[in-house]
Amino acid sequence: MKEFLLGKINMDSLPHEWFTFGGSLAFIGLGLFLVIVITRLKRWNWLWKEWITTVDPKKIGIMYFLVSGFMLVRGGLETLMIWLQQSFSVDKSHGFLTADHFQQIFTAHGNIMVFFVAMGFIFGLINYIVPLQIGARDLASPFLNTLGFWLFAAGAIMVSMFFLLGGQYAATGWLAVAPLSGKEFSPGVGVDYWIWSLQISGIGTTLGAINFVMTILKMRAPGMSLGKMPLFTWGAFCSMIMAVAVFPLLTATLFLMFFDRYLGAHFFTTVGGGDPMMYTNLIWMWGHPEVYILMLPCFGIFSEVVSTFSRKPIASYKSNVLGMIGVSTFALSVWLHHFFTMGAGADVNAFFGVMTMIIAIPTSALVFNWIATMYKGRINFSTPMLWFLGFIAVFSIGGMSGVLLAIPPADFQLHNSLFLVAHFHSMVIGGVLFGVFCGISYWFPKFTGLRLNERIGRYAFWFWTIGFCLSFIPMYILGLMGATRRLDHYDSSTGWRPLFIVMLVGGIVIAVGLALQIVQIIATFIQKNHLRDTTGDPWNARSLEWATASPPPFYNFTTIPEVSSIDAFWEMKHNGIPETKYQDIHIPKNTAAGFYISCFAFLVGFAFVWEIVWLAVVSIIGIIVVFIFRGFNDEPEYILTAREVQDLEEARTKKHLERTKLANDDDTEDMGVIDFIKIVISFAKDIVVNKRWRKW
Amino acid sequence: MMYNAYSISNGKGTFMTKRKSRSNQGRFVPIFLLFLVALGLLIRNLIRGKEMSVLNPMGTIASEQLRLMSVSLGIMLILAVPALTILYFIAWKYRETNEKATYSPGQKHGKLFSVSLWLVPLTFVAILANLMWPSTHKLDPRKQISSNQKPITIQVVAMRWKWLFIYPEQHIVTVNYIQVPIDTPIKFELTADETPMSSFWIPNLGGQLYAMTGHVNQLNLMGTTIGDYIGKSAEINGAGFAGMKFTARVSSQTDFNNWVTGTQKSSNNFTIKDYTDLLVPSEYNKAMTYSTDESDIYSKVTDKYTKSHEHGE
Repeated sequence: MKEFLLGKINMDSLPHEWFTFGGSLAFIGLGLFLVIVITRLKRWNWLWKEWITTVDPKKIGIMYFLVSGFMLVRGGLETLMIWLQQSFSVDKSHGFLTADHFQQIFTAHGNIMVFFVAMGFIFGLINYIVPLQIGARDLASPFLNTLGFWLFAAGAIMVSMFFLLGGQYAATGWLAVAPLSGKEFSPGVGVDYWIWSLQISGIGTTLGAINFVMTILKMRAPGMSLGKMPLFTWGAFCSMIMAVAVFPLLTATLFLMFFDRYLGAHFFTTVGGGDPMMYTNLIWMWGHPEVYILMLPCFGIFSEVVSTFSRKPIASYKSNVLGMIGVSTFALSVWLHHFFTMGAGADVNAFFGVMTMIIAIPTSALVFNWIATMYKGRINFSTPMLWFLGFIAVFSIGGMSGVLLAIPPADFQLHNSLFLVAHFHSMVIGGVLFGVFCGISYWFPKFTGLRLNERIGRYAFWFWTIGFCLSFIPMYILGLMGATRRLDHYDSSTGWRPLFIVMLVGGIVIAVGLALQIVQIIATFIQKNHLRDTTGDPWNARSLEWATASPPPFYNFTTIPEVSSIDAFWEMKHNGIPETKYQDIHIPKNTAAGFYISCFAFLVGFAFVWEIVWLAVVSIIGIIVVFIFRGFNDEPEYILTAREVQDLEEARTKKHLERTKLANDDDTEDMGVIDFIKIVISFAKDIVVNKRWRKW
Repeated sequence: MMYNAYSISNGKGTFMTKRKSRSNQGRFVPIFLLFLVALGLLIRNLIRGKEMSVLNPMGTIASEQLRLMSVSLGIMLILAVPALTILYFIAWKYRETNEKATYSPGQKHGKLFSVSLWLVPLTFVAILANLMWPSTHKLDPRKQISSNQKPITIQVVAMRWKWLFIYPEQHIVTVNYIQVPIDTPIKFELTADETPMSSFWIPNLGGQLYAMTGHVNQLNLMGTTIGDYIGKSAEINGAGFAGMKFTARVSSQTDFNNWVTGTQKSSNNFTIKDYTDLLVPSEYNKAMTYSTDESDIYSKVTDKYTKSHEHGE
């Protein structure tokens, strides 16, 4: 009976080690804190109506940022734990982590950074910006989009669940290669948590990607042909098409792995006719394009930022688009370079080596195109441009090491070494994360109506860049010294230790950079009058997202703009703004279906992790029932009349004029870090001295 | 549209004209360059006298691989260094505060520009691919190294978490230790038993290859300098992965012969029971040498998996 009700759960599953204990406390503490704050502020209703059931891609974008930002801090803490262990676990000392625990940490680090940080930030940006850039009021399927987000959130919770119950995550490396991840070598629930957190969020990604492909294809403003689409939208388009193509592969592979583990099948086992090499093959067929799914939107961001901040149209729009299409096409046919060392013949290896090198052609074309765009421009070095200039250097180093790794005989010496790890961190930090930061600092005025604090932003950039050099230049060197990745212990005679310590210092510097970014956002809100963007066009930008208010109203545009050129908004600014005509607007209604389905999906995952059959069955039925109910919903939209739109617009105009006045009266400077600390101290003093806390 | 709410737009964006402290924006750049120099010097000091195994090849394959890497890197740098220099120079020259620089936003780029955008990297990739294709065949791990010496075969079994080596011709078995004669081609036959994929790697002698259950991968290496080199598993295969190391000793031919005869006489005889004992997972194992009378351990290991295809489980 107990086994029927609770499956494999027993007393041992409860937290009993220091890290599960700490993790659980943080997990529960954070939850309790949020519950108390929301209850105190009486915001439950607001939370439900405005956020949880929302179908507005802008709000969903913000929620993606919040989840990813939180996960970035968590993944960052894991980085520090990894490097702390590697700095001290030498000779007789085995550090403060056991080998198994250490392996769980780097596995979680990889999953969190790729799936829940990079992927989340990219989806957040696409959600917020793409509909605005193509002049659309909403998405092809707003419901699919909420479902995608909530599945992503369910996956993010699943990846943290093991603290509370089970006490172990996969100790297999981020892709959980077979047969190590099979039941034979990983009998615990760790790999099951891995499977289900990726499975749930991966299905969310597929749904989100389908929706965005449809949105970009069908919802563009009149006159905007594919050849006039802004470059970020192009990058997002290429990326989402790739996601639609390869994410089902991940889903299928994870199901096969699940069958192996749960039903005792033999797809990837060492015995019984299973083929672990097939797992490596399948997972990389998805895994390699995945990296480019993250990269392509960032290429788009950089293209727009370079053009805007050089005050010049992009040098060759066609080459830029072709470059992105080229990267996304070739990226589908290079996956084998992840396992040259598995023993394929020279012909196969050389073929995939050539395919990999070919990607360098469109990528270089993109870089040259950006150079030509800056040439004879008027370049403004605000933070988005700084992130671009930092990206180029890091990305070039990463690109060159990538081409080295694409040469099979060289790969035999570099594969699985820290050189490889340094390479993909150059790409994912230098390329994706810098791209995301570039995008966020570029569009922050769009999100909030406030410009980000420049001064602290610039400090943050330099801390990230310096921290990156400190961490990853030694890592390249370590790889050449023969240091393999994922080592929880090594001998001091190798001489690696000082370099590991330099890396740890670099990690701390990056952590300061990340902290500064959080400070930057808080400081921006403190100085909101001074930083108010009164023009709606703070960067003298070129594309349509700037042709509406900041932040945009929930219907995005009062009048859908007509587009006649690539830089639609730039044209508008120079040829006159069309007059506003108020009209009735169809608005999708909020729906809780996505949230409910994701809750059930989470329970399905949880049930399979712990082998609680009844819960799995009930939850699957729950999903189907919600889907059916949603299907019977005949009125997914309502109409906002022209009159209501006009009232809303007039109210907003009035409010904006008041705010503009406040902004014009405020002639302070962007605050620095020291000002910020002073403000925090005086705030704390105020609370203590005036006993303000009693009010709460 | 926006202009309901935003009464004025100065066409430049307010932000760009409002800031005072822009004049010293570039002050971080020289500091950063100094930092890079300091970091370079620091790293140089930290690694002085330390073993840079990939850059310090002691075998034919490793030297060929290093040469290939250096040549390819050189070719890439010919493109990358000027490109980056030009990029940062242009960024600096056309900075907003530089009134003297020309500004031509309407500048049109011709066909030639678009074509060269693609042709330049294409040329470099063609050169690299041209270099890579033949060398991939030449350095195929299963290709035998040509030499006057008769090659020695060593059968390798990856186990949790140690390396078992069988010298079939010499009737010797070792754990976490191999000795090979200098300038003699060595043919490693890699497999694994009850162990996840492992990667057999001796950085000084040459690149790695996977050891997997049910497969035999061939890796040919040859040591050209006498010395002890570290071998390891480069691929994670469980909790004891970091301790799965072995010593590869390249010795003179006479030393090798002495070692072989010495070990053959050893009373430490390797039997099937020793093998089953080794299958029990253990970490940080010491090096061991055995003589052996068993001649089919390796084929038993490989059969164990290939045969299971027929019977199923």
